[in-house]
Amino acid sequence: MTQPEGLFGVTGTGDTSGMGGLVRKRPVQLDAQRPLGGWYDEVVDALEEAYPGFADAIERVVIDRGELTLHIVPAKIAEVCRILRDDMSLRYELCSSVSGVDYIAEERRLHVVYHLTSMTYRRRIRLECAVTAADPHLPSVTMVYPTADWQERETYDMFGIVFDGHPNLTRILMPDDWDGFPQRKDYPLGGVPVEYKGAEIPPPDARRAYR
Amino acid sequence: MSNAGYAQERETTEGKVFTVTGGDWDSIVSGVDPMHDERIVVNMGPQHPSTHGVLRLVLEMEGETITEARLVVGYLHTGIEKNMEYRTWTQGSTFVTRMDYLAPIFNETAYSLAVEKLLGIEDQITERTNTIRVLMMELNRISSHLVWLATTGMELGALSMMIYGFREREFILDIFEMITGLRMNMAYVRPGGVAQDVPDTAIVKIREFLDFMPKRIKEYEDLLSGQPIWTARTKGVAVLDVTGCVALGVTGPVLRSSGLAWDLRKTMPYCGYETYDFDVPTQPEGDVFARYLVRLAEMRESLKIVEQALDRLKPGPVMVEDRKIAWPAQLALGNDGLGNSLEHVAHIMGQSMESLIHHFKLVTEGFRVPAGQVYVPIEGPRGELGAHVISDGGTRPFRVHMREPSFVNLQAIPAMAEGGLLADVIAGGASLDPVMGGCDR
Repeated sequence: MTQPEGLFGVTGTGDTSGMGGLVRKRPVQLDAQRPLGGWYDEVVDALEEAYPGFADAIERVVIDRGELTLHIVPAKIAEVCRILRDDMSLRYELCSSVSGVDYIAEERRLHVVYHLTSMTYRRRIRLECAVTAADPHLPSVTMVYPTADWQERETYDMFGIVFDGHPNLTRILMPDDWDGFPQRKDYPLGGVPVEYKGAEIPPPDARRAYR
Repeated sequence: MSNAGYAQERETTEGKVFTVTGGDWDSIVSGVDPMHDERIVVNMGPQHPSTHGVLRLVLEMEGETITEARLVVGYLHTGIEKNMEYRTWTQGSTFVTRMDYLAPIFNETAYSLAVEKLLGIEDQITERTNTIRVLMMELNRISSHLVWLATTGMELGALSMMIYGFREREFILDIFEMITGLRMNMAYVRPGGVAQDVPDTAIVKIREFLDFMPKRIKEYEDLLSGQPIWTARTKGVAVLDVTGCVALGVTGPVLRSSGLAWDLRKTMPYCGYETYDFDVPTQPEGDVFARYLVRLAEMRESLKIVEQALDRLKPGPVMVEDRKIAWPAQLALGNDGLGNSLEHVAHIMGQSMESLIHHFKLVTEGFRVPAGQVYVPIEGPRGELGAHVISDGGTRPFRVHMREPSFVNLQAIPAMAEGGLLADVIAGGASLDPVMGGCDR
């Protein structure tokens, strides 16, 4: 996660009160410890049983706010999805959403987040893969979930993450000849100053603001 | 071709001309490659009245039959998700409401539920807030389905349906205007509650609506269900079965019209939907006609929910208690929409310095949301509307992604259209009810 720069864009602590040293600490997200409790154990156990490469593919298991997240080694994502879809005790039939996130402060900054839904068991699970900006490759899951087609294209379009094996990985929302990947954190928001009642209002990313 | 004796061929400026002397038609026909001679590519859109906004279809056709359909989207991309990263959590409501402009309340609710889950204040949401949210969502569902019925009717030749559909929708928009001050893009549902309470005059108007609407739905049914042109254009057209729907991620009325009773209000309830008495209508056929029947039935179910919500609307607060989150101003409805009430302005400017500081801090800085990520899906009028919201602990969203049913469902058009007729693309595409503002965001 990014470290906030301080109030009104001030670098340093941004503290003008003289009280000093107001640094906001980020909570570190801990790996969940077994037993996870409830149906989380059922899902993780079933995946471990059905998938021989479980230990090599699963980086972390996190439970936060009642949502189960499996961090997956990027190269294994399509395999894991296939087992999650086909195994009788998992049955994640529906791929609800594929989206990207740019955690710019991390080394493997580009994350792809998959939300799968099991209509049979009425459960959800989140899969997360992290890749570097220098080598943003991971396998496409379109062969498992055809619905991921456009969503992977959008993730490519916005973050520049390349899904190997995708049938037609082109830009979808931005124009074909667009430069750069707009949703990356180092891509500027853009905008022009606007005049309002004689005053000039800077574009949103250039306004002073709390962070 | 080497059929000397049967047919000679020669090139002219008009193309290839065959002079037939014998009866060997088969070899003549096989000599002409229909794939190359008959193939035409039709570009439909992006400005085509029946593509619901700016959707472009590139259709490869053989005669009247479509062999390949490709969709081009993105003409309405406005970068809402990126923009939200530069605004406070409360301002986010104003952005999401503009995504799917026919279902603004749903966008706001999905987003607000996600922010509330991040804040961990789901239990503090008052009962009245939940009831108002359900009430508004179901009214919005009816208005959205009415637009679908109206535009689809228009596209398939039932022009009167368009006028009737928009007439009733106008009534719902009037209700929205009485409650929120705006007809569309209201930013009414906000993290922590709703912007302001429902006035009594609006309750009267909703009761009036509940009174006449069942008769109007019956009228639409009488107008369309038995009508030969309507049935010919919709029955057996653009069929998509359950397997196809789930594989392509299609949810909502389209999935239910192929026989699967998957409705998040029932299967994974939120906002207290589990306490309301309503059915999930389904149809087995999976064609456009089934989708029409399902949507009509859903409007009736929504009326039932609205009625129940009105009955249980007990006085109470419509915002969380926590003054660190709740909007400080008592909002009031003016001629130009919602604004700070005059009493509030008088209070902070004339009486209480602390209130002024509090107001200033909360409105300019906003509240902080603990770091983490959540995915909250709700049942929108078009299917699963999911809000994937990530916070880094600051006063602004780190990332917001909306899983828009319009965007995902549109992928089904090639599956429904290929092998069918050109005219059925219109019916099939319309039956998905895509809203391009939601699709492109």
